[in-house]
Amino acid sequence: MTKKRLVLSFPATLVDQPIVYHLVKDYDLMVNILRGAVTPKQPGKLVVEIYGKKKCVEDGINYLSGLGVELQPLAQDIKWHEEKCVSCTACVPICPTKARIVNRETMEVSHDKERCIACELCISVCPYGALEIQF
Amino acid sequence: MAKTIQEINEKIRKGHAVVVTAEEIIDIVHKKGAKKAATEVDVVTTGTFGPMCSSGAYFNIGHTKPRIKIGGGTCYLNDVPCYTGYAAVDILLGATALPDNDPRNAVFPGAFRYGGAHVIEELVAGKSVRLRATAYGTDCYPRKSLETWVSLKDMNEAVLFNPRNCYQNYNCAVNLSDRVIYTYMGMLKPRMGNANYCSAGQLSPLLNDPYYKTIGIGTKIFLGGGIGHIVWQGTQHNPNVKRGANGVPRMPSGTLAVMGNLKNMYPAWLKGASFTGYGVTLTVGIGIPIPILNEEIVQYTAVRDEEIWTQIIDYSENYPQISGSSLGEVNYAQLKSGSITVQGKQIPTGGISSYKCAKQIAELLKKKILTKEFYLSEPVAPIPSVGSNISFKLLQERPVKQKD
Repeated sequence: MTKKRLVLSFPATLVDQPIVYHLVKDYDLMVNILRGAVTPKQPGKLVVEIYGKKKCVEDGINYLSGLGVELQPLAQDIKWHEEKCVSCTACVPICPTKARIVNRETMEVSHDKERCIACELCISVCPYGALEIQF
Repeated sequence: MAKTIQEINEKIRKGHAVVVTAEEIIDIVHKKGAKKAATEVDVVTTGTFGPMCSSGAYFNIGHTKPRIKIGGGTCYLNDVPCYTGYAAVDILLGATALPDNDPRNAVFPGAFRYGGAHVIEELVAGKSVRLRATAYGTDCYPRKSLETWVSLKDMNEAVLFNPRNCYQNYNCAVNLSDRVIYTYMGMLKPRMGNANYCSAGQLSPLLNDPYYKTIGIGTKIFLGGGIGHIVWQGTQHNPNVKRGANGVPRMPSGTLAVMGNLKNMYPAWLKGASFTGYGVTLTVGIGIPIPILNEEIVQYTAVRDEEIWTQIIDYSENYPQISGSSLGEVNYAQLKSGSITVQGKQIPTGGISSYKCAKQIAELLKKKILTKEFYLSEPVAPIPSVGSNISFKLLQERPVKQKD
């Protein structure tokens, strides 16, 4: 099994197509939409995590490229500057995917990169600038 | 058997003193009882590390040649305006001050990336900041402008002076409205999407000495990584509030005014903080030693998070409008668990004050006492406690009539 995080850029002509449906139905992929901007008759963007057998992921990617979807690996990441973090926990209830974790014994905060979807909500909540978006 | 502060200091000097943190004392009193704990333990150390807006520093930058009288003029440190209503080269910088050209909340919510608190943090870190001053010029102080780099080591005095720090308990903030709000208690999601709190709970100094029986004016404290003193009760000090049977206030209550030599402090314990949509503030680390003079005092220090209660306050309407009432009470064990239930709804909690750093401060202070770096001081006057005639007043506005 393999997992890929991708930024998909759709030309305006493709935004009304049920592309995610085909990825699921025809290529047996789990598609997790992390972020999306889709407006009729305008170029669209989807940030997705696709998960499935290696062959299925490859075929799915070929299907997307064939349609004219531009693919880029998701390189965007939240960088946690641990040395600036005071473990106040203000970011914890704001994080939608529980990527900001508190050890309830020590009240120390840590960051789980696997869970983070780079939604950036934590950035403006941190008073110490300890969270930053990186491209 | 009752002890005195002098006797405790003598034990510290001889290396016999038993010092524990406000977290460690809980189990000791629980297992051994207050009577035994009071004889065995000499000092309990507390700590807190949270944003405290009523903070600032004053500086004497040294006289220029020829002399300048900044008093009555203007002065900026890294573009952050200072107060210049003192003598020639004494200036005061408040933690919440912002550069004149900061957009503030013009595009809401503002980021408030840099202000007085950040200047203080940079100075404490040993950095140079740009000073820009103007003056009107006099016969004795002819110079009219000044632009120079300054750092703490160049200055005659640099003193942290915080009129209100170390709140004894604080509100738990929620948002009942339908939109996101940005407060000094952090970002609050609509319809009680989160609940934020701001106290070190069982480690917090004044929650361990609820009636201020040992903590008073003159008490020597850990302040911003250096040494400071309590110089007065803080502004808005309000001892006459609802308290539990253990004496602990169930809402914001006592406060302290503190000061200390900024030159001996550390940026890890004095940090500029930017609250989106609200402003800049200074996060201050404070640790206060509690001398265990008797059984009663040690019993107070054994207070646990689950015995410290506070009010849940709506910050969309009730707080700003000073209307309505508390939505209920929660204790710090519940708040620190990560979620609380209010009016049947489960709400994730977030802290504004750092328990982790509060604990580090209590540990550091304990170490300083054990290594004879820190001795206790006798208070010279008490802080007004329950029964004093202090009341917390709102401003009674008397509208000024415009004359034609």
